[in-house]
Amino acid sequence: MNDFSNLTNLWSSNTAISSLIWLALIITLLYLGRTQAHQLIFSSFRMLHTSLRLWARSISQLTSRLKQRNKEVLLAAGEAEIQTKIEREFNRISTIVQRDLSQYPAIHREIKTSIEVIEADYQNCAESAPLPPAWGDVVATITALPNNGDPTVNKILENIKQSIDDAHQQSLSAYQKSAANRHKILAKMQPDWRKLDDKMDSVKDKVDSLEERGQLIDQQMEEYLNIRAGEDKSASILATSSLTQFFIAGLVLTIAALGGLINFQLIAMPMSEMVGGTSYIGSVKTSDIAAMVIILIEIAMGLFLLESLRITHLFPMIGSMDDKMRRRMMMISFSILFILAGIEASLAYMRDLLALDHEALQQSLIGSQQAAEGSSAQFRWIPSIGQMIMGFILPFALAFIAIPLESFIHSLRTVIGLCILALLRTTHLVLRSSASLVTQISKVIISLYDLVIMVPLSIEKGIEKGIAKRAEKPVNKQKTVVETATLD
Amino acid sequence: MKTVTLKKSIIKSLSLRTLTTSIIAVALFITSMSLTGCGEQKPANKSVYLLLDTSGTYTKELDKAQTIMNYLLATLDSGDSIAIARIDSGSFNEKDIIAKTTFDSRPSTTNNQKRIFKQRVDTFVTNIEKGSFKTDITGGILQAADFVNESQAGEKYVLIFSDLEEELQKGHIRDFPIDMQGIQVVALNVTKLRSDNIDPREFKNRLNHWQERVENGGGSWRVVNDLERLERMFVQN
Repeated sequence: MNDFSNLTNLWSSNTAISSLIWLALIITLLYLGRTQAHQLIFSSFRMLHTSLRLWARSISQLTSRLKQRNKEVLLAAGEAEIQTKIEREFNRISTIVQRDLSQYPAIHREIKTSIEVIEADYQNCAESAPLPPAWGDVVATITALPNNGDPTVNKILENIKQSIDDAHQQSLSAYQKSAANRHKILAKMQPDWRKLDDKMDSVKDKVDSLEERGQLIDQQMEEYLNIRAGEDKSASILATSSLTQFFIAGLVLTIAALGGLINFQLIAMPMSEMVGGTSYIGSVKTSDIAAMVIILIEIAMGLFLLESLRITHLFPMIGSMDDKMRRRMMMISFSILFILAGIEASLAYMRDLLALDHEALQQSLIGSQQAAEGSSAQFRWIPSIGQMIMGFILPFALAFIAIPLESFIHSLRTVIGLCILALLRTTHLVLRSSASLVTQISKVIISLYDLVIMVPLSIEKGIEKGIAKRAEKPVNKQKTVVETATLD
Repeated sequence: MKTVTLKKSIIKSLSLRTLTTSIIAVALFITSMSLTGCGEQKPANKSVYLLLDTSGTYTKELDKAQTIMNYLLATLDSGDSIAIARIDSGSFNEKDIIAKTTFDSRPSTTNNQKRIFKQRVDTFVTNIEKGSFKTDITGGILQAADFVNESQAGEKYVLIFSDLEEELQKGHIRDFPIDMQGIQVVALNVTKLRSDNIDPREFKNRLNHWQERVENGGGSWRVVNDLERLERMFVQN
């Protein structure tokens, strides 16, 4: 402090005068070193600007590479998924063909039989009714002859007429019988027609189903080709789908975590009855750890169970096991899950008993035991049963966590990629803005520098103007002389 | 060629998935563990020794002591220790311990222990007819210090339910320093004597004397006449 006052009073005992001398000295120095200072400021900030731009460019390149990589991963995942879908569709078609169309020869035989039956019936129908005898016309002509009143002739004619009537009646009845028979045959044809119609409908349904599957495969194939072509649209659709999956799976996992917490609360207290309530591992009760381990084992068993059922594909080793081994694994994981669910149910019941015992003790300590016993004793079984059921069901519910977990993990890669991409883009923007800002700051600092030395600068400019004017004057004089001479 | 690359990519993705699943499982376990013991430290076991003054007219105050005992039983948990002893003419004696127990690690057994403990104290309070002639508080405190130190608890309490007026039998030597290192001594329901009414300084001197003895022995001293404060004290600890 003393040194500073000595410095300020170096030129004069009057601080103001001394300070003014200092100021003049500094300004003079700054003026003299103006060009060098400008260069120093400019080059320093230029260096900073260049570094920032270089960083920004590197980040930009990294962003592009990451974007490309993300796209590739997304497309590869999408390709694999759609391949699985197409494979599944082909399997379905194969199943339909094996199950339904393998019976086609039988259906064809049935149709053929039906047609043969119908044809035979048609043939039967074609049989004409018996005609009246050929001599009938002759007899009719004779009976139409005039009788002339002769009783013998009359009688003969009467007999002939009678014979004709009889023959006619017989023919008619034969015809009616024949017609009735044909109607019967036609009636018998009806079920055959219907059967034929049903068979044809059935064949049509199967063919339609195949056609639908074929259309689905066409759509998926189109999608597959787009992915293979590496179209941005496909990548964008896949990214959106991944994000949706991520959020839905995250929501379901949160719900499952809450369920796990409830489950934990249900078994943590009775666990202290089994492993003791006074031992600790670190700062956590051993009973709490035991309860948590049981819940995590249940989740693990659920994962193995769903993996063995080939619902999820988190562990390739389980998926690639032979069917016999996989079935065994399924049975083992289900049995363990079932046993753990049973243990949880009994622990939940024990929790209820312990809570009741504790409550009774508290009541006896505060001296109102009777009041405690009298209240709602008849409905005490309801929470007990409820807790037991919850204890049994929650492990199975938690077992299904594997499905959202798989979706979550699957989509996590995309989400992390997108987040890093966003971070890199922001960094790039910040670096670019900083580079521009640095350039502007260098200009501001140079201007400030000139502002400080504005007095000598103004003097310099004045002198320069004066010199310029002086240089212009002789020229002007010469011009005037020339102009006068010209006028003369 | 592309199929091979794709297969490799799928295999890599599956391995990554398995790795991610394992990481998530470990993270889930650690998170759940930290959630269950979130910000908590392992609670220290408590050891409580309650000294009951059974001298003269103070026996009338014993129903309050029962309330304190009930409160202690409700507060203490598995692994904690509790003992109740009487202060009589010569209190440095195991026979003066009415009941003592260390609660089992199983909650159901702890509850039974509490019931038995309560029953013993109730029987004692019911059967007490006549108070002791002398009051050996120092002997009782020595006995209490031994008990709480033996229990190796993290928090040691000696609760003295007395008017703190010591009267020793002829020949009993108690005027020596007491080792009370790490023990919290709480004087409960310190009633005022007739002589205190004549000269209130006597009451103050009596309290100061005991505070000095306890603090010189390395313990901490507190007076709680409002029993609700005792509740707050235990909850805070």
